[in-house]
Amino acid sequence: MPTPERFSYDVVVIGAGGAGLRAAIAVREAGKSVAVLSKSLFGKAHTVMAEGGIAASMANVNPNDGWKVHFCDTMRGGKFLNHYRMAELHAQEAPQRVWELESWGALFDRTKDGKISQRNFGGHEYPRLAHVGDRTGLEMIRTLQQRVVALQQQDKAEFGDYEARIKVFAECSASDIFMSGDGDSRTVSGVLAYWRPSGQFITFDTSAVVIATGGIGKSFKVTSNSWEYTGDGHALAMLAGGSLVNMEFVQFHPTGMVWPPSVKGILVTESVRGDGGVLTNSEGRRFMFDYIPEVFKDKYATTEEEADRWYTDPDNNKRPPELLPRDEVARAINAEVKAGRGSPHGGVFLDVSKRLPADVIKAKLPSMWHQFKELADVDITLEPMEVGPTCHYVMGGVEVDPDTEAVAGVNGVFCAGEAAGGLHGSNRLGGNSLSDLLVFGKRAGDAAADFVEGRTPGAAPEAEIDAAVERWLAPFDVPAGENPYTIQHDLQQVMNDLVGIIRTESEMEEALRQIDALKERARHIKVEGGREYNPGWHMAIDLQKQLIVSECIARSALTRQESRGGHTRDDFPGMDPEWRKVNLICRLDGDSVKVTRQALPLMHEELASLFDTGELSKYMTREELTALGREVAQA
Amino acid sequence: MSYMAKFRLWRGDNGSGELTDYDVEVNEGEVVLDVLHRIQATQANDLAIRWNCKAGKCGSCSAEVNGRPRLMCLTRMNTFEEDEVVTVTPLRTFPVIRDLVTDVSFNYEKAREVPAFSPPEGLEPGDYRMQQVDVQRSQEFRKCIECFLCQNTCHAIRDHEENEKAFAGPRVLMRVAELDMHPLDTKDRREIAQDELGLGYCNITKCCTEVCPEHIQITDNALIPMKERVVDKKYDPITWLGSKIRTRSSSK
Repeated sequence: MPTPERFSYDVVVIGAGGAGLRAAIAVREAGKSVAVLSKSLFGKAHTVMAEGGIAASMANVNPNDGWKVHFCDTMRGGKFLNHYRMAELHAQEAPQRVWELESWGALFDRTKDGKISQRNFGGHEYPRLAHVGDRTGLEMIRTLQQRVVALQQQDKAEFGDYEARIKVFAECSASDIFMSGDGDSRTVSGVLAYWRPSGQFITFDTSAVVIATGGIGKSFKVTSNSWEYTGDGHALAMLAGGSLVNMEFVQFHPTGMVWPPSVKGILVTESVRGDGGVLTNSEGRRFMFDYIPEVFKDKYATTEEEADRWYTDPDNNKRPPELLPRDEVARAINAEVKAGRGSPHGGVFLDVSKRLPADVIKAKLPSMWHQFKELADVDITLEPMEVGPTCHYVMGGVEVDPDTEAVAGVNGVFCAGEAAGGLHGSNRLGGNSLSDLLVFGKRAGDAAADFVEGRTPGAAPEAEIDAAVERWLAPFDVPAGENPYTIQHDLQQVMNDLVGIIRTESEMEEALRQIDALKERARHIKVEGGREYNPGWHMAIDLQKQLIVSECIARSALTRQESRGGHTRDDFPGMDPEWRKVNLICRLDGDSVKVTRQALPLMHEELASLFDTGELSKYMTREELTALGREVAQA
Repeated sequence: MSYMAKFRLWRGDNGSGELTDYDVEVNEGEVVLDVLHRIQATQANDLAIRWNCKAGKCGSCSAEVNGRPRLMCLTRMNTFEEDEVVTVTPLRTFPVIRDLVTDVSFNYEKAREVPAFSPPEGLEPGDYRMQQVDVQRSQEFRKCIECFLCQNTCHAIRDHEENEKAFAGPRVLMRVAELDMHPLDTKDRREIAQDELGLGYCNITKCCTEVCPEHIQITDNALIPMKERVVDKKYDPITWLGSKIRTRSSSK
């Protein structure tokens, strides 16, 4: 067997989206060498698809905003299941991270006084999202990409080599993380990857890895996620000895396209609603007024008149219920369609055409206009869109230390961005993902650079490299077997139908049985063709990770007997304060996934003081309230 | 609604290859990329396609459909007759890796030669102030999704491989214009644009603008103004005289 190409770096970052690039920039700025592994071409990672904006309390549009308000909104959005420390750091550091992008060349839309403009979004009390039309993700990833290039230019000037300290390995997928040593000193020693174009393997000797691989959406049939979102980092962290937290929380974005079938699931930005778009059913009713949950009753308008006044006078009116957090809106749409009040293609109507003049729509929502025109032949300045829920994001993820993003129990592995769990609790607010990538990407990169300080780089163990390469190449050699595309398709159907937006015990048990069967089938995959740019082979490798992560989602969902945020149980429809205290942790036990319960840390009094007792008592138990020094009326 | 279509795909690698025929089902509302995915899942598991977002946002699935440079995810099947053969071939300007995937590394190498954004010294993050009307021009160019269709189409490279070394192409020169029009950038890139990135090779035939899926006015708004700026510097009689005097004194 030919020996894989071999490199040595202080830090290897797996993933080249917002979190990965921000981490790599931090490592390089700390003077360490870094390799960035990107499944796609440089600058095409999933971050590019983010539309609405980056949430950061810069208070450019409403001076009342500040990190404390942002913190509270994030906790409310996540139904208080968030790791309070991550939510605190995120709210505090997001403005700095956005301003930094500007100093690297980003060009955000402006306010009249020349500052970065900020727009309204679901669950955010004030206009908070820094944006560029509805293509904010593109601006962000391009800026980070160009910052990497700027650092490479500095290195070229100093060392004569662009890639002296930071190199992007484009179309290069990580397949394994190696660990060496015993007991507490067991540490990362290397990474195995393969070049997608040539199919050749490549080894990295390193003692620190940052996992920034994004989400898991490709395990669901209707999704806004691309082929890359197969939970690679989630599975790699588990295989290295790490754990996942609260994987049952999957965000179904309320507004995906529903027609034509080939684009079903593609995202329709929340900005449409933030800028005035309304949701109506087949009877023409703005149905969101019927779905304001108890916990948000005093924060949302109850009449159309008040809701409409809010757009021009937000200080004296309550916001429209179309801007409730995403989990609420998705469930409402689902219920309307089930009740027979849906649109012709099984969604509801999202209308901005009667709300704003055509030129304003085209200026504020250019890529939505473009997307509907090109893909659905619908002119959104003249007619309503048809939309419905689509799998968009996973709130759960790799369990990390909130300050350093070190993966719990695994020396040398760090994790940031969508792959990491904790920040968003049971439901993520729009705009909080891009700021998440920046804040925790930087923190993970800084911590990884600290970790390797004074440490001799690891050496990936030869025997394990050979064994891994042999295992990944095996599907070429079997005479006949399963088609990887068929298995992935079947997995997507199972997750969509049985572990989707509304869940029940019997269906999830059935899902677990089917996932077991799919795991067995995946052991007999036959890969056609050769190793050069062979998507069938790449899928066969990704599938192994998708199956592990899908089992985590189904098992956690089955365990949590309540409904909260992105986890809705038909058989346990209420939110239960006892469950709020519980994090569900997934670990690998041989070939299968074990779920255990772990206490969610209680926020300290200073942060708790930002909420009144009435609000906290909607979420917390009597004992917790007492622990926070709140007087609780006798029941 | 559904019908069987005839597709003809280029299969092969950098050494050799051929057009291969496929009969494949097409459903209402589909785009070329959907049909290729169906061929991949059912008839040719190893068919190499590069794609990501399937919504015209990432610029990965560039190819030539019936000879026209297109994003496959934005090419709707109802733009073809049902009995029309749809031929998909890789971008012609770049070396083939396999099937419809080409090696586009040229574009990344050239992009690295454009000196990065350089803000005024001492301007702290958070203190940037710019007016919308001033950022708008550069914002148009930052809509670019780097699909490289303009690079593929520009005949200065497409028909003259030998120009690749000297001419960076419309995408890269538009980046220069973007930085040049950035309200707070302090660097002068006019000489680099002309002497190192080959702005002079562009003879404004607007082929790049025609194929841009983002409808960026590359030629009118980026390349022509950039040429004018270069001319202002290079052929301004006083600047010209100044540069000659300096050259003479330094050569003594």
